[in-house]
Amino acid sequence: MLRLEKRPIPSRFWLYGTPVVAVILTMIFGGLLFALMGVNPFAVIKTIFWDPLFGEFAFYLRGQLLVKAGPLILIAIGLSLGFRAGIWNIGAEGQYIMGAIIGAAVGLAVFPTENRLIYPVMVLAGALGGWAWAMIPAILKTRFNTNEILVSLMLVYVAQTILAKASTGFLKNPEGMGFPGSRNFSSYPAAANPELIAGSGLHWGGVAAFVVAVAAWVLLSRHIIGFQIRLSGQAPRAARFAGVAPQKLVVLCMGLSGALAGLAGLFEVTGPAGQISIDFNVGYGFTAIIVAFLGRLNPLGIVLAGILMALTYVGGEMASTNLGLPSAAIQVFQGMLLFFLLALDLFTNYRLRFGLREIA
Amino acid sequence: MDLGGINLVTLVASLMVASVPIMLAAIGELVVEKSGVLNLGVEGMMVMGAICGFIAAVATGSPVLGFVGGALGGAALAAIFALLTLGFLANQVATGLALTLFGLGLSSLLGQGYNGIKPPPTTALFGPLGEIPVIGPILLGHDWVVYVSILVVALVWWVLKSTRAGLIIRAVGESHDAAHALGYKVARIRLLCILFGGAMAGMGGAYVSLVRVPQWVDGITAGAGWIALAIVVFASWKPWRVLLGAYLFGGISVLQLRLQAAGSAIPVEYLSMAPYLITILVLVIMSSGRGRSALNAPAALGQNFHASR
Repeated sequence: MLRLEKRPIPSRFWLYGTPVVAVILTMIFGGLLFALMGVNPFAVIKTIFWDPLFGEFAFYLRGQLLVKAGPLILIAIGLSLGFRAGIWNIGAEGQYIMGAIIGAAVGLAVFPTENRLIYPVMVLAGALGGWAWAMIPAILKTRFNTNEILVSLMLVYVAQTILAKASTGFLKNPEGMGFPGSRNFSSYPAAANPELIAGSGLHWGGVAAFVVAVAAWVLLSRHIIGFQIRLSGQAPRAARFAGVAPQKLVVLCMGLSGALAGLAGLFEVTGPAGQISIDFNVGYGFTAIIVAFLGRLNPLGIVLAGILMALTYVGGEMASTNLGLPSAAIQVFQGMLLFFLLALDLFTNYRLRFGLREIA
Repeated sequence: MDLGGINLVTLVASLMVASVPIMLAAIGELVVEKSGVLNLGVEGMMVMGAICGFIAAVATGSPVLGFVGGALGGAALAAIFALLTLGFLANQVATGLALTLFGLGLSSLLGQGYNGIKPPPTTALFGPLGEIPVIGPILLGHDWVVYVSILVVALVWWVLKSTRAGLIIRAVGESHDAAHALGYKVARIRLLCILFGGAMAGMGGAYVSLVRVPQWVDGITAGAGWIALAIVVFASWKPWRVLLGAYLFGGISVLQLRLQAAGSAIPVEYLSMAPYLITILVLVIMSSGRGRSALNAPAALGQNFHASR
């Protein structure tokens, strides 16, 4: 007989060990999946986890790692604040798109002016766009008690239709020979987000991600707001008695995560993506949910998790070109990782006991 | 009976068809939530049902077996959710999201090579009776799934309201501790409800890929699962209101498609936003100024159960 017994205090080993064990289990079960699909599992795992770091083309792929990790970390840090407080912003993808559209629109409005202030203003506009899009579910929740999960998710679909309209309509490149998509920012230096150190893959988005990670760590461990966030997640009733205003916390957490997602969108569209196009977003807003949980909702953990998840993206692309692995397989792989993580969390708070239940 | 270039009879007939996927998914989720479990993975289970149903129908040539396959696919994914939330006591919100991400990935992996194929057609149940003017297209001209979906709503209403099983499900959803103390197997009852919810979502998904579209493209359900979740809130956890909600949303999505086809002055992009915006609006109206209890939500919704004694 197996049974669960609640631990008196959460296990420290499992708290930090869970992500590592989950990654190992995902490699094993993912390998089985790849083997079922008729691809050599060892080759795939090596291509995903080893080659981008130390393989033949590592000098290029290591840079790609930062390009992908930057937006994931930025968004995941914002989401983690809300998740800790029990505020579920699922619509980061929409906030990411809206940040990119608003920020890009500001830059394109003054094309082709060259001024050093243009890019900072665009960054602000991007953050503001994401913030405003996140404020819709936040205000509906605080004013009308509406479920923020459903509203923020619905707004992703709305943002996607606005994106379609932007790239074929109001932001379309007037010199684009009728092709959908905005002007390319790489040919507009004042509004572009180039690589800061050639070959490193580091652009302003990556810098922002690391700054935000440190800031979030300070906020959570050293600031009263961080304490309130943690308290309302772990003991909502106690938080209310301690004078935490839940409404303010919803507005703050949703707003922060929206602004960070908007920032990520703006950095992406002016840098790696280059232009507003109908499919410039590649689901970072959803993958960031996995990153947030993989990083244990802890800012420094999220940095590591973001890099790991970027590794699966970069390595997954390699595996699909070199070994013919369908790109959807990587999505399954990432989903599996989240499943194992959630399942193993049990051992942080419970201990497995063998033998029959004692009769009291 | 034309209204701005839109025929009312065909509008009603097609809204009944359009609402089937969300109605099936929503009535399944209603049972799950009545047992106290919040499964946010409806979208993932629907899209899995869509591809499993599609593969089964293409492989066997029988649309009926397609729907069975869809239900099995949805239930299989729901079984993962049950294992994680009931067995491993994982957070229901996070697990539901994981289910959706996983389902979207797995379905597009399974669907490789099925793009551009036409599934076997699902034909009208009463054949020529559908030709009768007005009542024909509305009442008699549909395929069997339309009638089954309405029957399922009636069945769920009857089971929850008038049977012992329904009473037990509601007890588990309102207070799992009390139900456990009375000797009911909370985990087992919830497992069955979750599997039923998955099967219904899977059937709904199969209806999208076999009848509504009918072909396979990645992410074919396009948010229908999330709308189904919203309908459960709209319905205040009452089965008949699920029917109403599904017809309302089916009507809106059909209307916006007709308006697009009729060449309305409103741009296409804004019309296709309509179902999502109206979902938000309905959620606001339903939840505004009311607490959880006034909303009629099951009291133990979203809480995990661990029998310490």
